[in-house]
Amino acid sequence: MTSTIAHPVVAGGVEGPTARPLLGAAAADLAEHRRISGPIPWRDGPGRLVADVQDAGLTGRGGAGFPTWRKLAAMATGADPVLVANAAEGEPASAKDATLLTRCPHLVLDGVQLAAEATGAGSAYLYAKPGPAADAARFALAQRRAQAWDRVPVAVVEAPLTFLAGEESAVVAATEGRRAVPRDKARPVYRSGVRGRPTLVQNVETLAHLAQIARYGARWFRRTGTQDEPGTLLATITGAVTAPGVYELPHGLPLSAALELAGGADAPVQAVLVGGYHGGWLPMATARHAPLSREGLRPYGCAPGAGVIMALPRSACGLRAAAGIVGYLAGQSARQCGPCRNGLPAMAASLGRLAGSPGPDQPAALRRLADLVDGRGACHHPDGTARFVRSSLLAFEAEVGLHLHGRCSASPR
Amino acid sequence: MSAGLHVDWTACAGRGVCVELLPELLERDPWGYPMPRGGPVVPDELEPHARRAVALCPRMALHLRPS
Repeated sequence: MTSTIAHPVVAGGVEGPTARPLLGAAAADLAEHRRISGPIPWRDGPGRLVADVQDAGLTGRGGAGFPTWRKLAAMATGADPVLVANAAEGEPASAKDATLLTRCPHLVLDGVQLAAEATGAGSAYLYAKPGPAADAARFALAQRRAQAWDRVPVAVVEAPLTFLAGEESAVVAATEGRRAVPRDKARPVYRSGVRGRPTLVQNVETLAHLAQIARYGARWFRRTGTQDEPGTLLATITGAVTAPGVYELPHGLPLSAALELAGGADAPVQAVLVGGYHGGWLPMATARHAPLSREGLRPYGCAPGAGVIMALPRSACGLRAAAGIVGYLAGQSARQCGPCRNGLPAMAASLGRLAGSPGPDQPAALRRLADLVDGRGACHHPDGTARFVRSSLLAFEAEVGLHLHGRCSASPR
Repeated sequence: MSAGLHVDWTACAGRGVCVELLPELLERDPWGYPMPRGGPVVPDELEPHARRAVALCPRMALHLRPS
């Protein structure tokens, strides 16, 4: 046994897809996938793949950024574990998981097989939105069955179109056929998930990266990104850009360069929402060169999350945009936990007043509500919403000042 | 060994029994749900009271955990 990893040669003689490890290996069907990426590099046991994933420094691409090897290692000690590949992508501004499943379904499914092998999971689920994503997965699975490509059976489960559908314990509930809502964390899913079995819920982009790491090795994976956050991420770049869409970019790319990938801004941009609706705003004036990585965004109180980058044009009122988002988040509460069920609609109403004609104590009242709901739910929906509200107050501080004087930058008088 | 209070928010209905039994540690938020006055840690001398609050929660939503 040697420690070198076979590097499959793609058509054209280049060693694997380099600049875009995922989208560069897109394949319409299994025959093309075999030509580009070769067979599944089975490891016949858990140890080596977990070590490679650790060396690669792969982190979860679903938003939390947890080290993937630790989740794999925790599973490998449990009895009869279950794997769920998560493509619920409840974030309305995100399209990266659906895009990945439609363009590289076999890469994701290879990752499912390898993660199942590494954890000893005997069965797996692919949890995806109905429509193109789930259809692509079913089509790919039929081809793989016909070719006996897989070792572990994979069942497709359709995710409801709700913001919280992708929350780990909601994923477990949906997989069991129950309503996809979070549960109390006293019983973690890695100990007791699908039908009481230890369960690994892993984002589909993470699994696709895992497949590429298994193929090309940790060093190859580390050729892009930063030292601390290697590799690429799939970002949904949207809002005031010329060519909105899903782009694969290296960790650490400056925000301005990411916007250029999407054709550049199509109007002057005042702020960019990163990390989605539970994320935060980067003011364009100060954060133009901020590197898109957890470390690079930390000074701004933001994180890449699941890769949402939404440019807000200067012509829009930031407070109105934020109020719309908090209104949506309030409507997406699972309504199980009192502080969230009551506090989120109260925050939405308060921010709505701030976006209109607020009284002088409105900003303080809104801040109090954010502090009140923080950390008081079964999942992070109240915390994430509070974070977004605080970030909105900070990023649009000048706009708050205008509104307190009965004015608004979007409709100057 | 000190213990901490944990609320299962999916079960809590804001009945307020715990707040009445543990006024030193808990108060009600504007909607009636329990809120820690300080941190979640229960001082040793209040632990028997905390155990009683856990036992009497009508929704079995309050838990005492080693912290």
